[in-house]
Amino acid sequence: MAGTETMVTARDVTKFYGLHRAVDRISFDLHPGEVLGFLGPNGAGKTTTMKMLTCFLAPSAGSIKVKGLDVSEEPLRVRQMMGYLPENAPLYPDMTVMGFLRFCAEVRGITGRERDMRVSRSAEQCGIADRMRDPIGILSKGLRQRVGLAQAILPDPEILILDEPTSGLDPNQIVEIRGIVRELGRTKTVILSTHILSEVELTCGRAIIVNQGKVVADASLDELRSRLRGERRRYLFAVGPGAGGAPPAEAYVRDRLKSLSWVEDVAPVDRGPGEPPTWAILAGTTNDLRPELFRLATDQKWSILELHRDLATLEQVFLRLTQEDLEPLPGN
Amino acid sequence: MRTTWVIGKREFAAYFGSPLAYVVTSIFLFLLGLFFFFGVFHQDVGWPFYVRKVASLDNLFNGSQLLFLFLVPAITMRLFAEERRSGTLELLTTLPVRDIEVVLGKYLAAFVYLLVVLALTAPFPVYVSTLGKLDWGAVAAGYLGLSLVGLGYLAIGVFASSLTQHQVVAFVVALVVALPFFFLHKVSFLFGPGVGNVLDFLAFRPHFDGIARGVLDSGDIVYFLGVSAIFVFLAHRLVGSRRWR
Repeated sequence: MAGTETMVTARDVTKFYGLHRAVDRISFDLHPGEVLGFLGPNGAGKTTTMKMLTCFLAPSAGSIKVKGLDVSEEPLRVRQMMGYLPENAPLYPDMTVMGFLRFCAEVRGITGRERDMRVSRSAEQCGIADRMRDPIGILSKGLRQRVGLAQAILPDPEILILDEPTSGLDPNQIVEIRGIVRELGRTKTVILSTHILSEVELTCGRAIIVNQGKVVADASLDELRSRLRGERRRYLFAVGPGAGGAPPAEAYVRDRLKSLSWVEDVAPVDRGPGEPPTWAILAGTTNDLRPELFRLATDQKWSILELHRDLATLEQVFLRLTQEDLEPLPGN
Repeated sequence: MRTTWVIGKREFAAYFGSPLAYVVTSIFLFLLGLFFFFGVFHQDVGWPFYVRKVASLDNLFNGSQLLFLFLVPAITMRLFAEERRSGTLELLTTLPVRDIEVVLGKYLAAFVYLLVVLALTAPFPVYVSTLGKLDWGAVAAGYLGLSLVGLGYLAIGVFASSLTQHQVVAFVVALVVALPFFFLHKVSFLFGPGVGNVLDFLAFRPHFDGIARGVLDSGDIVYFLGVSAIFVFLAHRLVGSRRWR
């Protein structure tokens, strides 16, 4: 990204609602072409930040610049460059899809043939070309979300800001919307907020994790994943009887596991009826314990039913960063 | 300016998308008909048409002003309250538009809608003109006055709607704020000449009467435009205030 100008520069952005500090000195830079995931639990300040980026709310302190223009001083020019999908895609229910998209185009000064061309192109891109004559009020949540998205991409903006584009949708709709967002991310700078981790993993190149109004992590997904490698210390382990033998006593298995070096904690995991007793093992090392566990089982003539090292997921980093009082990797 | 027009166009079309406008307009026209033919025995609304036996639209103009107190808030209550409630205000104001363009667009739409309602009262003058010699100049002056009165009440209604996300609250606030402008001239005598004159000046009615008499005093017109401008300005500030809350 060196040599390219920054698209968005946020510096110490703070927002108070009354006495409540919803956003607390958030700073970040966004470069052209990046797809940034704004990740955080509900109430972390994601939506407030989006609203400040689009000049709907003014920051209580700090500054936001979009391509060098301050959002408070040049709100119109900043909005010209932006497409915005607010949370829950608020739309006019009494308008038809076509009427609504045309309205959005005209407000932006796009008229005539140009307007019709852009309306049909963005409708096609969002897969609503066959619903143009329907009133928005009768559309499903997923379709409404697409109409909102079509509205956002209609002016061919340099920056797209999408506030929880997949919230409240069913799994199929989520996959579809993500596909559209990924497609858009190839050519545009995108900021999307979500509390769903897999969404960031699937659509974004970079994530900012916010909690209680503060940035707790700002890194590319690759960096976040490599950080996670150090976190892969949890194993799931289940054994059954060896050939012709009786099932091993639970207390005995636990003692044997505990006697292994590097094992810090062993806890039973309830997997539901019909499942063998399963253990969650927390290792005191980041080295792979699986060979050790395998040897233990063969020495004891147990048959291994399950041996699994927890995958590195964003979820763990997320939980770590957003819950200060989290116990060290609980064994369920 | 163009943006104002685009927003106004959408807003105007929205009136015909909801049953409320039809219901309110029908009730207005129905009650106006009652006032027109039967009057109510009250100095502001006049005597029954068949008693007065004068080819004039006084009853229509009197009745309209009373009914405007309810009609206008019903027309304007939706404008901002509904958009706040449904969240579309965020969508609209994050498009590259100025707040004032949004306010003026909605105000314009409401005014054009009111003109449509007034146009629907056309059968009354047509009917009267078949009974006697109607002074069309007075009719035109009366309608101009009515439009200006409407413009004032509409501005109050837009202001009230920008205060809240509840349409009912917007309606009540608009009615309460409009009420003094409706009756102050009637109580002015209680306050002696000094304050009384001020109250007379503040009320809509004396200014309407001036215009309806056919005296196109620029003062009266400026008065209505001034009152409207004040409330539109307040609405604009209120819509903008969301940024700082």
